[in-house]
Amino acid sequence: MSDWDTHSPSLWGAFRALVRRDLLLAWKRPGDVLNPLFFFAMVATLFPLAVGPNEEQLAFSGPGVLWVAALLAALLSLNGLFLTDYEDGSLDQLLLSPQPLPLLVLAKTTQHWLISGLPLVIVSPLVALTFQMPDRAVGIMMVTLLLGTVSLSLLGSIGAALTVGLNRGNALLSLLILPLAMPVLIFGARTVALAAANDAVAAGIYFLGAYSVLTMVFAPFAAAAALKISNE
Amino acid sequence: MWTFFHRLASPPHFYELANKIYPWIMVPGLALIAYGTYAGLFVAPVDYQQKDAFRIIYVHVPSAYLSMMAYMTMAISAGIGLIWRMKLAHAVAAAAAPIGAWFTFLALMTGSIWGRPMWGTWWEWGDPRLTSELILLFLYFGYLALRGAIDDQSKADRSSAVLALVGAINIPIIHFSVEWWSSLHQGATLVREGGPAITTDMLYPLLAMIFGFTLFFGAVLLKRVRTEVLARERRSRWVQKMIMPLEGRA
Repeated sequence: MSDWDTHSPSLWGAFRALVRRDLLLAWKRPGDVLNPLFFFAMVATLFPLAVGPNEEQLAFSGPGVLWVAALLAALLSLNGLFLTDYEDGSLDQLLLSPQPLPLLVLAKTTQHWLISGLPLVIVSPLVALTFQMPDRAVGIMMVTLLLGTVSLSLLGSIGAALTVGLNRGNALLSLLILPLAMPVLIFGARTVALAAANDAVAAGIYFLGAYSVLTMVFAPFAAAAALKISNE
Repeated sequence: MWTFFHRLASPPHFYELANKIYPWIMVPGLALIAYGTYAGLFVAPVDYQQKDAFRIIYVHVPSAYLSMMAYMTMAISAGIGLIWRMKLAHAVAAAAAPIGAWFTFLALMTGSIWGRPMWGTWWEWGDPRLTSELILLFLYFGYLALRGAIDDQSKADRSSAVLALVGAINIPIIHFSVEWWSSLHQGATLVREGGPAITTDMLYPLLAMIFGFTLFFGAVLLKRVRTEVLARERRSRWVQKMIMPLEGRA
């Protein structure tokens, strides 16, 4: 075994190091984390302004509006997932590193979820209150967002990997990811609506959980393959 | 056996072979479509519930079927191209996408026209199949847009292949979730236990249309792949020789 080999970090070590580095970078540029949150709140504000202040109507459309806003906010931050690494060359280092690429992609996606998905889940009750959402539905909404944003980050990592070197990447990324994200939106929004109507919600939550596990298994491999192709 | 595949994968050989078999697919396809159109419009009895409006089924069902079939063709050949690095397979995927998008559009349009007298509206969000067909159209758009955005041919081939495969895994999930979301459309009439719930006078033209459309798809695909191969191999000697035979001699 060569000297170089003994110094390469373990799988878990590499994973942790990458997540830590990216979280640190995000800490130094708080705008990247806050902007999607402001965007989320603003989109949610646009709807009452557009359809009128009728309470019943707002309570009825609340779950859908919140989920659409969350989906768009998640998309907004996805473009930067690999972009800065691509620009400063550290993506090449990741591709060359001895650790398996899907694992490193999973680390980047975890980091992305920690700074975009998780804050969204935490902020969402504030927005939900303005839509007259009942307490039980708020709890269910947080659960669906928690599971759903995991899938969105993972699906998005495939799109971000496919479009990383392209100039007009952002609009294209939405075009690629939105149709794939429809199941998450459907189950997320409908489950919250069912909860608001005091109906059974287990099916939707199970589905969102299963879907996030499925994407967790497949998406890192697809995204790693895509990264290799678009970065040669 | 293997030499046959190797020869098939070689562009000049494929080009000649495609030239030869093209009429053998196109002519029966058009004949079946002609029979299906005639029998569907004039021979099949009037539906007692939907009157003559049901006759649009003879275009709607084959297009909807082919919109899926074209995506499968695209995803499978993209996978073959990605795994075995077969250039011809990528050409097939690239050629199948626009045809599939048009069939999807046709299925949506005929579904919408059918919906007007049946549901009293051009578009019914409560119908899961119409909605998942629309999402399928968006998937095609995404594929075509990604392909169009990448200049390098080999990169475009492989990137779009990854997308096609991811989409193929997702299509059943999308369909299932849209179905869960709401249901208003009539159930399946063709494939079910105890035989189809439709008289043979109505069934035969429909089957003829489905097979006819499939053969037509195959023929158009062949034609498009040939063009695609020519465009991709434009710098090679055999293409230049074929296009400008005199220049080669001089």
